[in-house]
Amino acid sequence: MTARLSDWFNKRGWAALIIWLPYIWLVVFFLIPFVIVLGMSFATRTSTAPPFGFGGEDPILNLESYQRLFSDTLYIRAYLTSVGNAVVATVFCLLIGYPMALGLTRVSSTWRTILLMLVILPFWTSFLLRVYAWMGLMGTNSWFNRLLTDIWNALTPEAWEIAHVTMMNTNFAVVLVMVYSYLPFMILPLYANLERLDPALDEAAMDLGSRPLRVFWDVTLPQSIPGIIAGGMLVFIPACGELIIPSLVGDASSPMIGRVISDEFTSSRDWPMASAVAVALLVLLVVPLMVYSYFESRANAVKATKGAP
Amino acid sequence: MPDAALAPAPAQTPLPFVRIQGVTKNFGTFKAVDDVSFDIQKGEIFSLLGGSGCGKTTLLRMLAGFEEPTAGTVWIDGQDMTSVPAYDRPVHMMFQSYALFPHMTVEKNIGYGLKHEPMTKAQRADRVREMLDLVQLTPFAARKPHQISGGQRQRVALARALARAPKLLLLDEPLAALDKKLREHTQFELMNIQDRTGITFVVVTHDQEEAMTLSSRLAVMDKGRIMQIGTSTEIYEYPKKKFVASFIGSINSFDGTVSQITGPEALIDIPDLGSPMRATAIAGLAPGQPVTLAVRPEKLSIGRDRPEGANVIRGQVEGVAYFGKDSLYRVRLPGGRVLSVSAVNARRAGEHDRVADWDDEVWLAFAPSSAILLTE
Repeated sequence: MTARLSDWFNKRGWAALIIWLPYIWLVVFFLIPFVIVLGMSFATRTSTAPPFGFGGEDPILNLESYQRLFSDTLYIRAYLTSVGNAVVATVFCLLIGYPMALGLTRVSSTWRTILLMLVILPFWTSFLLRVYAWMGLMGTNSWFNRLLTDIWNALTPEAWEIAHVTMMNTNFAVVLVMVYSYLPFMILPLYANLERLDPALDEAAMDLGSRPLRVFWDVTLPQSIPGIIAGGMLVFIPACGELIIPSLVGDASSPMIGRVISDEFTSSRDWPMASAVAVALLVLLVVPLMVYSYFESRANAVKATKGAP
Repeated sequence: MPDAALAPAPAQTPLPFVRIQGVTKNFGTFKAVDDVSFDIQKGEIFSLLGGSGCGKTTLLRMLAGFEEPTAGTVWIDGQDMTSVPAYDRPVHMMFQSYALFPHMTVEKNIGYGLKHEPMTKAQRADRVREMLDLVQLTPFAARKPHQISGGQRQRVALARALARAPKLLLLDEPLAALDKKLREHTQFELMNIQDRTGITFVVVTHDQEEAMTLSSRLAVMDKGRIMQIGTSTEIYEYPKKKFVASFIGSINSFDGTVSQITGPEALIDIPDLGSPMRATAIAGLAPGQPVTLAVRPEKLSIGRDRPEGANVIRGQVEGVAYFGKDSLYRVRLPGGRVLSVSAVNARRAGEHDRVADWDDEVWLAFAPSSAILLTE
């Protein structure tokens, strides 16, 4: 028996194991937890421990949580705030990160190493610490806030004078800290993409009569779309579900979805509701991705057949 | 330096089409191009030939407008183009890597430069069709560069560079990426297209065969300087510098001194050869002057019997390389020097009755007019 088993492993078992390992990983750490959460979202809230159960009027499919999801404006507003903040943060990350990534490809290799290290350097400090640092900066009594206040007061008429700039506990603060925290996730994939582009292509476009801005538009930008999408996903998806940043610097009256999930699990002890919110967030994030990749692969297939003889 | 080949060619047109005057390019402390001056006539295929790092590519990039000279002037068609950026020059380039836009079809690649021409959409489409036809790629118009072969990509690059009808076409190692068979075909195609369009070509290459067959004139470069400019024949048969003589083809050279000059011929004492050799004299030669005498392998005759006349050398065959139409003999002289001798196998012969065989005692000879005298 053992001989036959080792025989099977030697023939095809190892290859199968390597191929299936990522799938096993996904099943154990994504699919099974997801099924548990999905199941929980259809359960009924109880006062037992754990605080949910199946039974009562709708023993298996209790849709109450989902009904509340659509009827209570708290959730809809939380989704909109999340997506809105995430979109704005992603756009700013792109606007700031693209020139930085492009710059990285154009400097000497010595500078490139130094600058790349500076991009990664913030990761060496605790994420939480960096958010606290921003809280200090944005607070009403910080030198930073006083500086901004002084600049504002110096530049505007006296009637508009302010005592301090309100930054803490606003969506502005959430977006600002998210842009700061996620910028490396935009820069690195973009840099990896732009770095692979052949500089001779830029020269060819210039040689054929295009000025630098036109070269960027015609040659660099179209070729960097995969990098933009990769960077955008890496920023947008975690930004949507962000919990810590809005909890620490955000506006408590318009929470983001991560905060809502956390609150439902902890303070209100409504696990089915929390699960339903989480499932809805997943659908919200995954469905556009799947639609996008479906059209992308179809467009590629069409291009391939068109190009063939 | 009063050098006929470096001076502007006889005035066929009032101004030379391209004039490069005193051009120097420094990268930091490195002189990539060092005080180079020459002219190119309209309709020429002009090659820049040299080893890697000789400055030929930098010179080409200065013609394209990618690099600005540290000093000197570049005139194209009567206009000073020295500081005109690449996008404003009537000059297009075919890149060594072809640099085709991977996200555009063959058609879009060829039409790219036409966006900057004052043309209607229909005129543009016509021009692209014309170009596709010229390089015989019409059936591949809708393909992307990665869906066609290397030879086809090369033709797309050529068509793209030709589409705006440049005054000057620059070709950076145009045949380097092609296999041998395709190279020969493409070489003639390039000459044919040059003939039909009348566009002046400047070719950068490290391949001397390519340069010699393709170009009307070529410039041999070394360490940022022009060593010699001339037709293929001039460069091969009448090199003016030791570098040119040894860079192009193979050559046997001997150091010696001029012992006597009688009329058109000079008598050269060469320690390696024992007896003095006769060679057609060059200008400015004086008795007692050190000089290098060089003979190309095919200019040496080889035989078992001592030939009549001057410049006879005795030696022993050390090796024979048989190439079919000709053979290369390595002949060791009594003094120890080994010479290369190339002989056409004009007569059919087996291994033992051929002109000379391994270890045979042979006689070599060359005509005084075939000997090259070099002083620098």
